[in-house]
Amino acid sequence: MIDPMDFLLLTKGPLFTLAIGICALGLAARLLEILVMGRKHNYSEPRAGEWLPGLRTVLSRTIADPGTIKRAPFNVVVGWLWHLGFIVTLLFFIPHIALIKSLLGLSWPGLPNPAVDLITAVTLVALVATLVHRLTHPVKRRISTVEDYLLWAVVFLVALSGYLAYNRIVTPYPLALGLHILCAEVLLIVLPFTKLTHIFTAFIARWYNGASFGRRGVQS
Amino acid sequence: MSDFTLERGLAAFRAEIDGPVAAFFSSCVHCGICAQSCPFYLETGDPKYTPILKLEPLRRIWAAEFTLMGRLKGLLGLNKKVTDEMLTQWEELIYDSCSMCGRCSLVCPVGNDIQAMVRKSREGMVASGHAPEGLIGAAVRAVQTGSPMGLQWKTLQVQINHVETSTGLTVPIDQAGVDYLVMLSSMEVINFPEYLEAITRIFDHAGVAWTLSTQCFEATNAGIQIGNKDVAAILVQRVVDAAIALGVKNVISPECGHAYTAIRWEGPNLIGKSYPFKVFHIVEVLDQLRAAGRIKTAGKELDRLSMHDPCNLARKSGVIDEQRHLIDLVAENFVELKEHGRFQWCCGAGGGVSSNERAEGLKLAAFKRKKAQIEEVEPARMVTICASCRTQLEEGLEHFNMDIPVIGLTELIAEHLVDKEESPS
Repeated sequence: MIDPMDFLLLTKGPLFTLAIGICALGLAARLLEILVMGRKHNYSEPRAGEWLPGLRTVLSRTIADPGTIKRAPFNVVVGWLWHLGFIVTLLFFIPHIALIKSLLGLSWPGLPNPAVDLITAVTLVALVATLVHRLTHPVKRRISTVEDYLLWAVVFLVALSGYLAYNRIVTPYPLALGLHILCAEVLLIVLPFTKLTHIFTAFIARWYNGASFGRRGVQS
Repeated sequence: MSDFTLERGLAAFRAEIDGPVAAFFSSCVHCGICAQSCPFYLETGDPKYTPILKLEPLRRIWAAEFTLMGRLKGLLGLNKKVTDEMLTQWEELIYDSCSMCGRCSLVCPVGNDIQAMVRKSREGMVASGHAPEGLIGAAVRAVQTGSPMGLQWKTLQVQINHVETSTGLTVPIDQAGVDYLVMLSSMEVINFPEYLEAITRIFDHAGVAWTLSTQCFEATNAGIQIGNKDVAAILVQRVVDAAIALGVKNVISPECGHAYTAIRWEGPNLIGKSYPFKVFHIVEVLDQLRAAGRIKTAGKELDRLSMHDPCNLARKSGVIDEQRHLIDLVAENFVELKEHGRFQWCCGAGGGVSSNERAEGLKLAAFKRKKAQIEEVEPARMVTICASCRTQLEEGLEHFNMDIPVIGLTELIAEHLVDKEESPS
């Protein structure tokens, strides 16, 4: 049995470097394979430019249209809740900021720990709700793949292990923290090769969508 | 044309994959929100009609051949194959249950242009021999006779004679060098001859120099609907040739949705070059004339009117304000459907669904969404600007015993023109 402290050092050291490396290289390859394909020249006379409508859609798709909110309130609200909770926890938990500072040299003020703790709890509940929805809604059941369930588990475990470590529910602490870091590393490693790439490619997709509708004079 | 085979189909799917397609498939998180925008899913409740699922053949080819992981999996023989059996099963999803209305493309949270990918998928479906009979028939008739309904100029000539008799005006034919070449749709000529009469009167009123062309009068494009670039290019080229032969400055697409998409947006790409003329939908031209003060109307319709925005015009082409400016000219009591403009709901008949007899049941199911929208605002009449939508609205409302007549906007404008002699000038 590995010593908890050795385990923590392993996850913080070589495994972390490996995970970041795979994530960065994988993402670069994925983004490249999308961007080099490009588009055919469009000979039709545009009504408007592409860049601004594209950028507008990059932002505007974050908020659903009123009709969609009415027809799919659960999707919209719970989806928003857990994405926001995950991002806020990732970027505003003080130890995370310290990690980012050590990697990139950038830092910003964090949120008080109890606030992050509460946000994480809400995120976990929201994630469980998304799983129940995926298992019960006929459309989601029909279109879900094994990957969807595995990735749900990866994301959930990242948040759960963080919550357990912070609240000292799993002991000893180095083991709990090491497990959290390990989960995050799994997420980083699978990110470029699964639907998690949407974290980056959704912005490209939105831009293409906005550009295509925009040149035809439609705000998309 | 050589035989349609799976190999040709796969090659056609492959040829459609570009940067946007790769970005779209990379981003799908299987949230299923697209289903909530699809009248075919919403009105049947069958999850197989979820828009993103309709793209599974295209997605499989992208995943296997255009991604790093797909190529690695391919070496191990782990990729899911696209087979004839699969495409047979998907034919209903890609044709019968999709009017390419594009609503899904507007609501997808990650920005996937699903409608554009259905259009692309149809190229592969045609090439692999998996297109519906009804659409094949329309495409063959369009190529062979110039009209998807097999309509000939002599039939149109009869309509022209009627119009000239009832208006006392001349319908200009093959006039070189005029400003506008007017295109028609066979459905209009057969079902709604009042359109031709309306533009004859409006253009006379506004002093517009226009013409029809005996070389080509059909604006619709069965190639776009079935999803075959070769057919679509042949049909667009006929319009381009007619416009160039007469040396017109502008081509007017009729009260039809997909004809505008075909000529205005896809056409130049189908023939691989820009046009030496501009393309407008009839309501764009009418709105320009209105703005220039060249259309003078008198009196207003007093009953409660509402309007159906055709998907191809509003959501897919940004023609949204024009029809509203025009209806304001002639309607006292206009009420919008709650979701309109770019967020309108499809009538259920577009994208070739109406030419696909097999899809009749689904077409009527999808119409229920439009019906509910209409019931919500209780208009006395509906106005629209697409002959195909108009036919679907008329048939659908009739089916549900709703006494709501449907009229074309152009003819509504024509009914309110001030006589030239009366107009103060």
